[in-house]
Amino acid sequence: MTQTTGKLLGWILGTALAIGFVVVMGQLAIGPAAQSMVPAPATSAGLTEVLFYVLAGVTIAGAAGVALSHNILYSAIGLLMALLGAGSLYVFLSADFLAVAQLLIYIGGVLVLVLFAVMLTNRITEITVSNTSLGLWGGLMLFVAVAPVLLAVALVTPWATITPAAAAHTTETIGDALLSRWLLPFEVASLVLLASLVGAVAIARKEIKAD
Amino acid sequence: MQISLSHFLIVGALLFCFGLVTVTTRRNAVGVLMGVELILNGANVNFAAFNHYVVGGVSGQIFALFVIVLAAAEAAVGLAIVLAVFQTFKTIDVRYADLMRE
Repeated sequence: MTQTTGKLLGWILGTALAIGFVVVMGQLAIGPAAQSMVPAPATSAGLTEVLFYVLAGVTIAGAAGVALSHNILYSAIGLLMALLGAGSLYVFLSADFLAVAQLLIYIGGVLVLVLFAVMLTNRITEITVSNTSLGLWGGLMLFVAVAPVLLAVALVTPWATITPAAAAHTTETIGDALLSRWLLPFEVASLVLLASLVGAVAIARKEIKAD
Repeated sequence: MQISLSHFLIVGALLFCFGLVTVTTRRNAVGVLMGVELILNGANVNFAAFNHYVVGGVSGQIFALFVIVLAAAEAAVGLAIVLAVFQTFKTIDVRYADLMRE
């Protein structure tokens, strides 16, 4: 019981830390230059901002859970959090169709596949040792080597941004584009899906030898 | 404080980094596949963010859709391979699947 409470506290603390990190980095991103450029509306954080930070924190905490958890089942739950959070971030980018596709395909399909694989391949009794990893230090060094570069690129580069269009329903536009400009990639994607379906069945089935 | 492009790029970068750490440090094959999913999601967040803040239109969203489709195909084939490895080696620890070495 106390162990469960401790784990829960750890997750909540991780989420709070991730939210705080995104807030601080966001302040850095706005930066002095942008603040002098914009005539400083100085509004307090609205509901949208708070919601964004909470969802971004959930996403990052889930990703950290996937990377750090000792139990493969907790990793799967962390993946669920990360995918849900990323899917809800699409809503902020006025990509409603993408958000729904993420929900249906990733969470409804890929995550269930992953859970099936976990249940089929791990002997459940020894599940606590099922997720051994190379050790924290190698991962930490890799993280320290890669993350600052990416964050610096994201923060420093002067992106040529446009004023975003007002939120509109994108489903109709995407459907039109898929069947006109992107018709060939669309058909090739369907072929890839067919091939992977047949390939997955052919690889995963058990050989039945008729002696 | 307005939400800007950089916020989404930070989220995408962190997703990518955690995915990279997962792929390189996990010894469980299913865990490695989870890391690949995280990396693809980081790229997807970047696609949607650049589409919204830089390009406009829906081209970036369609790219992200194709990424989702390919990720689904990759997950299906990858997990089938994991099952085949488990049937052969009775474990999915990637260290022990080394029949083709030497």
